Amino acid sequence: MTDLFLMGNEAIARGLIEAGCTLASAYPGTPSTEIVQAVVNFRDLAIDPLHIEWSVNEKIAFEVALAHSYTGKRAAVAMKQVGLNVAADPFMRTAYLGVKGGLVLVVADDPGPHSSQNEQDSRQFAAFARVPVLDPASPAEARDMVAEAFALSEELEMPVMLRPTTRICHARQNVPPREVQALRRVSAFQKEPTRWAATPAFLPALHRELNGKLDRLSGDDRFRPQLTPGDGSCAGVCVVAAGICFATAADLLEAQGLLGKIDFFQVRMPYPLHTGFIGDLKARYRRVLVLEETYPVIEDRLDHPGLSGRGDGTVPREGELTPDVIAAALDRFLGRPHPEDAAVAAGRGRRPSLCPGCPHRAAFHAIKTLFPKGIFPSDIGCYTLGLNLGAVDTVHCMGACISQGVGFYHAYAQDGLDVPPIVVTIGDSTFFHAGIPALINAVVQRARIVVVILDNATTAMTGHQPVPHLGLAADGSPAPTVPIENLVRACGVSFVAEGTPYDRAAFEEMLRAAYAHTRQPDGGVAVVISRHPCLMDRRACLTQKRYRMRVETSCTGCRRCLKQFECAAIVFNEDANRAAIDPDLCVGCGTCVPACPVGAIVAADEEAP
Amino acid sequence: MRQQIVISGLGGQGVLFLTRVIAESALRRGAAVLTAETHGMAQRGGSVLSTVKIGTFRSPLIARGTADLGLFLAAENLPVHGPLLREGAALVVAAAEPGAYRAVDAAAVARELGAPVLANLVVLGAAVADDLLCVGRDEVEETIRVLSPPKLVEGNLTAFRRGLALAGSR
Repeated sequence: MTDLFLMGNEAIARGLIEAGCTLASAYPGTPSTEIVQAVVNFRDLAIDPLHIEWSVNEKIAFEVALAHSYTGKRAAVAMKQVGLNVAADPFMRTAYLGVKGGLVLVVADDPGPHSSQNEQDSRQFAAFARVPVLDPASPAEARDMVAEAFALSEELEMPVMLRPTTRICHARQNVPPREVQALRRVSAFQKEPTRWAATPAFLPALHRELNGKLDRLSGDDRFRPQLTPGDGSCAGVCVVAAGICFATAADLLEAQGLLGKIDFFQVRMPYPLHTGFIGDLKARYRRVLVLEETYPVIEDRLDHPGLSGRGDGTVPREGELTPDVIAAALDRFLGRPHPEDAAVAAGRGRRPSLCPGCPHRAAFHAIKTLFPKGIFPSDIGCYTLGLNLGAVDTVHCMGACISQGVGFYHAYAQDGLDVPPIVVTIGDSTFFHAGIPALINAVVQRARIVVVILDNATTAMTGHQPVPHLGLAADGSPAPTVPIENLVRACGVSFVAEGTPYDRAAFEEMLRAAYAHTRQPDGGVAVVISRHPCLMDRRACLTQKRYRMRVETSCTGCRRCLKQFECAAIVFNEDANRAAIDPDLCVGCGTCVPACPVGAIVAADEEAP
Repeated sequence: MRQQIVISGLGGQGVLFLTRVIAESALRRGAAVLTAETHGMAQRGGSVLSTVKIGTFRSPLIARGTADLGLFLAAENLPVHGPLLREGAALVVAAAEPGAYRAVDAAAVARELGAPVLANLVVLGAAVADDLLCVGRDEVEETIRVLSPPKLVEGNLTAFRRGLALAGSR
């Protein structure tokens, strides 16, 4: 078979199918999303039946996969690093209770971070949970490690974590395909309540068993770090690297003529770290440089007096280890002068922004215009970009906005003074993920807040995974729908209104009524569902009314539309000193009309001259 | 065959597609290829960067001052991603105005073709015509055919050929 050209996440998906995995579950999150998306795309390659699901959140995805493994079959669950925080509860206990069929947990970390609320290191989490973790250095290696992880998981009856990072997930490489295995396993759940339902009485024994497994694994030579030996010219010195840092350091050492001169180790399993290796380093090297992302996981396990890395400042303690950062670390470690490079990149470039025509922008503009003194807790998704419009004050973690709204409300209310309007925005997928318990809590805690659910009928940020009210399964087959309105009412909310933010007057009227409800004696939480499809959905874009937008000469050049509305299709013509429409970017939605204080932005029907 | 390429643009300009076309064209020549791409939030109109490394590399990332070729779909990204280029690197920029690079008025051509997003393939055509890539016209055309959705094949090929026709028109 000829090589395939695969993104790291696709390579992992391919590995899952090749290994005879019969369940893949996930909640989408950058940089992990394409793993299960690719399992969907490659599903016809599977010989055994395969259940694929976009679960409502990571905890659920984990638990579904766990029970699949209890039946003796192979299961995989994928998430981004902060998703593991959500799945932490089942994850921690799984280490003690173990698994039957292989259970591979793929957790994609995001050093930098590029698309996350922090840059936590899941290898540290694996060590905390006492679960073995593999750290791939390339897409092809990530694919190979999937089979390795399944085999190890079944051998030890333990979950195994595969921890790629953004630069593995979103790199592409030629990957030689392997044959797809047919394991033909039939579900056979063996009841064993002292294990699967272990009460505290049984846990010390299970913990002892776990520690015994880890002791054996830390002496297992299959996972001893691999040495690319030097020629003795750099005696007593070595570089230890893991993940993408290994690949980047290899390219740099080669370019500097040092590959094959200096001893260079790749750590494939950072936890448990091979104990013989730790002893060897101490006995054979005076100085050791450790390159890993993002926390000092290997470094902290090396008991070595000549250790260089994050501890002694050779490696920066935060941010991504790019080739330039690693080059500087190598120079410091080897005592070479580091060329001061004049050509330093000027920042990160243009910031991202809501798409032209995005219904969230229309909703945000209405909210902040109506409540200029409001407090605006928001959440994780495309709509985080409401920050640019000044319509988002807090972003924390999935679902936090509603609970934060409650916290703000009670803090202000207990002062006995005027409570500012508290208007929370949360996306539809985020609402299903973690917003429902928070909404019940808000009702029960008598918070007087407006919750705007931004319903664009998709998980937009991560590339349009289906949401529970859409009625679509991961493979595109029909599924039951769970309407948001019903959920909101069932949570005890008495004010629920729904409409498109494209109809500005009606939308503002809804917001006013919602706010009035929060101020009535018997009022409480009010929910507004802002409903309009995401325009990345081509059908939505092509079927909605399209206006011909123009800026009239009455424009005063105040730039308020640029600052307050921030649509990429509204630009400023410096020569004419007024705003203008970029016809290449404008989708003709017409939602920018209210953004002009003097009415100079005009929407004409497309057909009009 | 060994080449390090930087592809820079704004989310929505088709940087990912351009990256794949170049990478898979090199694969047709039997080369080993690594790419790194920007996904996630930055794709919403922000600055995005792809790198393509053709030849025996292990990391998809490019160190500062080492890239052989830059294809910029947005001139405003030059201060951000330009430092990745080595001295003497070839540089093609989608720009209406001339500059210290090969300027290609890709937006004008793409608008003429009725789809502003085609500017990416116009730039690629110009770079291939100037022989700046280690892949040729035939491999690129074949790759565009394979990677494009059936309805877009002809439009994409037209954009690429319009770029080719800009050869030497600097």
